[in-house]
Amino acid sequence: MFSWKNFCVRVVPVVFLCGLVSLACTRNPPPEAPPDTPPLPPTVLDNVPDPPEPPVEPEPPPPPPPVIEPEEELVTRSLEELNQDSPLQPVFFAYDSAEIDAASRRVLDQNAEVLRRNPNWIITIEGHCDERGTAEYNLALGERRAVAARQYLQDLGLAADRLRTVSYGKEFPFDPGHDEAAWRQNRRAHMVISEQ
Amino acid sequence: MTRALLPIACILTLCSAVPALRGQQPPAAREPAPQQQSQVDLIIGGRIGARPTFAVPDCLAPAADEALAGAARTIAEVLWNDLEFEREFRMMARDTYDSIPRARTLEAIPYDRWLELGVDGVVSCQVEAAGDGRLRLTARLFNTRSRSSAFGVEYSGSTGNLRLYAHQLSDEIHRQQRGLRGVARTKIAFVSDRDSESVLGLVEDRQTKEIYFADYDGVNVQRVTVSRSLNTNPQWGGDGQAIAYTSWRRGAQDVFVSYIFEGRLASPAGGSRHVHNWLPAWSPDGSQLAFTSNRDGNPELYIANADGTDVRRLTTHPGIDTTPTWSPQGHQIAFTSDRTGSPQIYVIGVDGTGLRRITFESYCDRPTWSPAPYNEIAYSSRTGPGHDIKVVDLATNEVRQLTFGQGSNESPSYSPNGRHLAFTSTRGDGSKQIWLIGRDGRGLRRLTSQGNNEMPSWSQ
Repeated sequence: MFSWKNFCVRVVPVVFLCGLVSLACTRNPPPEAPPDTPPLPPTVLDNVPDPPEPPVEPEPPPPPPPVIEPEEELVTRSLEELNQDSPLQPVFFAYDSAEIDAASRRVLDQNAEVLRRNPNWIITIEGHCDERGTAEYNLALGERRAVAARQYLQDLGLAADRLRTVSYGKEFPFDPGHDEAAWRQNRRAHMVISEQ
Repeated sequence: MTRALLPIACILTLCSAVPALRGQQPPAAREPAPQQQSQVDLIIGGRIGARPTFAVPDCLAPAADEALAGAARTIAEVLWNDLEFEREFRMMARDTYDSIPRARTLEAIPYDRWLELGVDGVVSCQVEAAGDGRLRLTARLFNTRSRSSAFGVEYSGSTGNLRLYAHQLSDEIHRQQRGLRGVARTKIAFVSDRDSESVLGLVEDRQTKEIYFADYDGVNVQRVTVSRSLNTNPQWGGDGQAIAYTSWRRGAQDVFVSYIFEGRLASPAGGSRHVHNWLPAWSPDGSQLAFTSNRDGNPELYIANADGTDVRRLTTHPGIDTTPTWSPQGHQIAFTSDRTGSPQIYVIGVDGTGLRRITFESYCDRPTWSPAPYNEIAYSSRTGPGHDIKVVDLATNEVRQLTFGQGSNESPSYSPNGRHLAFTSTRGDGSKQIWLIGRDGRGLRRLTSQGNNEMPSWSQ
């Protein structure tokens, strides 16, 4: 029993649907079978630009810089600078003598004062001689001069371990001349600060 | 840090120097061919009352080889100088026999021509390549009167130090002809500022002095210390392997010993900040060192074993006792003391007994005891504004003067055969230089010229 009503209700939608389906199939063919070759490895691209930064939220205005007190400038002076100012005065000797005379005692008294004010200083007392004595004997004479100055400072109460000695004989003249003025300069106990 | 590095730097330098020094071992000698002549012919004499006259023409060398030709000339020149030095032979100046035709072979000596010149002995020598870059020197000494060979020797060795061939040949000729111990292979150590640098660790700008040594004729200077400090008073050990000296490398003065062929440095006297040691002197057998030390407060003399053990005090006097030197037998020590007010020379037994004063002058120092057979002490003596070298004969107490006021003359050191002295002098340009002089006051010659050079010590 054919009825248009039934045909319309049951067949037309099917045909219509089929037509729609065939239309759709034509426009989007099914994917082809994959080729036999293996898939390419994934490629990493280096030169891809980074995604743009997300917009930065505006910072709050910085707080005003704190006022920093400048650090105290410590007075640092190297031993060399200290010694260049010669805070310790040399004492001088008579020819072939290691005797501490009155003038030398005054100088050593002052040096002792300086050493008391600087209790960390360790000094070296160098014994020197003029060129008239022989090089060999002068090593002993210079030693005696250094020791004589050291003994005087020790007698003033300075600790022995702050007072080193060395003898240079006539090896390091202060004045290279060859007259009494030069020799007088070279017969000395010369004091330098070795540690502070 | 610096203190730790300095000895190492020193050792490195020494190590690098060792091959050069080792290269100077004497060339291997072969016994001369058996001699047929009588003893009379072997010892070449001069005319009655005169020294024999010797000539040393250039050695023979293969004509085509320039290096060997140079070696032939060098060896002959150095040999001539070595033979001249002892003054046992009258050396005929080399340019006076240019006209004599060169011998074609070692033995083809034109005796008549040499006799015409008054030459009693001719050294004929030949240099050849001995393979492997080595050199062979064949030498003969001919007696022109007997027309026979008096002496022959053959050396082979490296070409590193040609002068050594001549030095060894000279020593052997002196021994064979004169029964004399030559000094051509000895060395002289000294102090020099020639490589002067600023001393490390001082406030003032002061220049270093380092220890060096050279052949006895001043050639082949080699540096021993590289301490960037003051170094003085070198003293050769008896076996030539060690040099003791005073060094300020650790601040104050202390005694150091450089064992130069080992690159080893020792400080046997045990110095410290407060114990100072200086002026070392080797005992003749090299087993002990005498030195000056302040360890008991005052400069006194001490003796220790070379390795620093068994330190014993030798002198006890409130004056200065310093500058020791040993007698040849090692039983006594001469030294300087100012116990009477001025420095004078004294002698004391190594056991501390038998003290006696030797000099009675204004100012004497650096006694240096002669080797046997001489029994004398050389020293420096104030004779005016400066010092002169004098010698006192210990048997007669007679004093003789070797220098006479030309510059100031200090620090005498005897050659091992006792016939020469090296000393420091400011004569000439005022700089300090090493000079040599015969113990008879003759044969003065200057040894050094670069910078200032002083305090010589002659090796054995």
